[in-house]
Amino acid sequence: MNKRKVEESFFKMLMLLSTGLVVGGLLVVFAIVILKGAPALSLSMLTQTPKGGYYLGKEGGILNAIIGSIYVAGGATAIGLLLSLAIVLYIHGYGERSRISSFTRLSLDVLWGVPSIVYGVFLFTMMLALRARASLLFGIITVTLFELPIITRAIDEVMKMVPAKLKEASYSLGSTRFETVRHVMTRQALPGILTAVLLAFGRGIGDAASVLFTAGYTDSIPRSLFDPVATLPLAIFFQLGTPIPEVQQRAYASGIILLFIVLLLSVTSRLATRKLMKYVIK
Amino acid sequence: MFEPHISVQNLNIAYGERQVLKDITVDIPRNRITAIIGPSGCGKSTLLKSMNRLIELADGVKISGKVLVDGVNVFDKGIDVTDLRKKMGLIAQTPNPLPMSIYDNVAYGPRIHGTNDKNNLDKRVEQCLQAAGLWDEVKDRLKDPASRLSAGQQQRLCLARALAIKPEVLLCDEPTSALDPISSQCIEEQLIKLSKNYTIVFVTHILRQARRLADHVIFLYLGELVEQGPAEKVFSKPDNPRTKAYIEGVFG
Repeated sequence: MNKRKVEESFFKMLMLLSTGLVVGGLLVVFAIVILKGAPALSLSMLTQTPKGGYYLGKEGGILNAIIGSIYVAGGATAIGLLLSLAIVLYIHGYGERSRISSFTRLSLDVLWGVPSIVYGVFLFTMMLALRARASLLFGIITVTLFELPIITRAIDEVMKMVPAKLKEASYSLGSTRFETVRHVMTRQALPGILTAVLLAFGRGIGDAASVLFTAGYTDSIPRSLFDPVATLPLAIFFQLGTPIPEVQQRAYASGIILLFIVLLLSVTSRLATRKLMKYVIK
Repeated sequence: MFEPHISVQNLNIAYGERQVLKDITVDIPRNRITAIIGPSGCGKSTLLKSMNRLIELADGVKISGKVLVDGVNVFDKGIDVTDLRKKMGLIAQTPNPLPMSIYDNVAYGPRIHGTNDKNNLDKRVEQCLQAAGLWDEVKDRLKDPASRLSAGQQQRLCLARALAIKPEVLLCDEPTSALDPISSQCIEEQLIKLSKNYTIVFVTHILRQARRLADHVIFLYLGELVEQGPAEKVFSKPDNPRTKAYIEGVFG
């Protein structure tokens, strides 16, 4: 066999191996979580809040954390999307190569790398200064800060991919810059924007460190923005931290619920993306 | 002589250090087809895109001189560029439909310029698609995405879209270069019909196409104006030896 063929098959093997490692790793995580958690999974986990003694293995569920997580990540993603759209519309409408734009991008890239616990601590010091209690509001603010760079840069990247000929088409019809970004570029980038939103939501719902100090923890479902709120990652953390095996098993069951929520979102967005893709100009 | 609809005077355009148009002075007659011909890279598209100021989107572009449309310089400070572009429909080199339905592509222009009444829009969309020779092919699927049309249909959609803003001028930048011969012929036929009511400026490097379409010809070579005049004269008895050489296929 000649050298080029050997090289080809060697690198092909290497690529297959890395792919296998990633996919295999993921499957192992799934398998462990499901095997350990499935026996504890029950309808009452999804429909009840923790009753007295839940953390000692008694009755109840983690509805508080499911709802809480959706509130926190949903609220943060919604606010994050609004803010990031404003930023991206500015960058792409009024000076992609301006100094403000490149500085904004640099800042966002740096913020992307900041560990979420740092956002949590930062907000916590603010809360101390304001003498505020941990609450849904501060949980949402922290997660918004943490999601903002992710969602903004992701949308920025898809907007960059919009072909110049589309902008030209829009301008030549007499559109203003705002109309071009708002109606044409955003439309073309819509599938990518959806992906960005999902990415941010997934990161937001799965993060424990940012809400550790800011959202508090409670066994009830928050009634207002100023009530403390439980989240799924923290629910897993607290349940896993007990010495009681049944409660630890429930931690894995909570993991299954979290995985399922993310999976559900992912599948819906795939379907939605496919629907939106048909309008995209290649 | 004729009274020009568009009159370019001493126009110089440079991208950074590279001078693309050198002291161009040409007149474009009203309600005729004017072909801008010349080999690739001679500044044809640049000249065309200076007329609706689309050229300003390019980086580091320097412009001096005047482009008068109905006697008003388009580079004047007081000119609203969106109004200017509304007067000048553009058909680009490759079809560039917007990422929306066939109907919305045509309705986009009228909508941003303030027509929102459903009946008016429906009427305008039908008229323009008919004028572009596309109506019969798409009338039953106006809600389909424009991306599903063939390249030739997309280019006619772009023509319809340009017509929908009720322009006075149609700027065509080699509009058939990405199309098959049958679609090209279709576009050419529509443009000939439209030339009764519109001033058409048509960039092409295909001489046969210029012969078929043009009433008036502008020949550019390496950023300079070589010759301009009525088509029959330029094609049969050109004044300049370079024009003669180009037309005979010696170069280009």
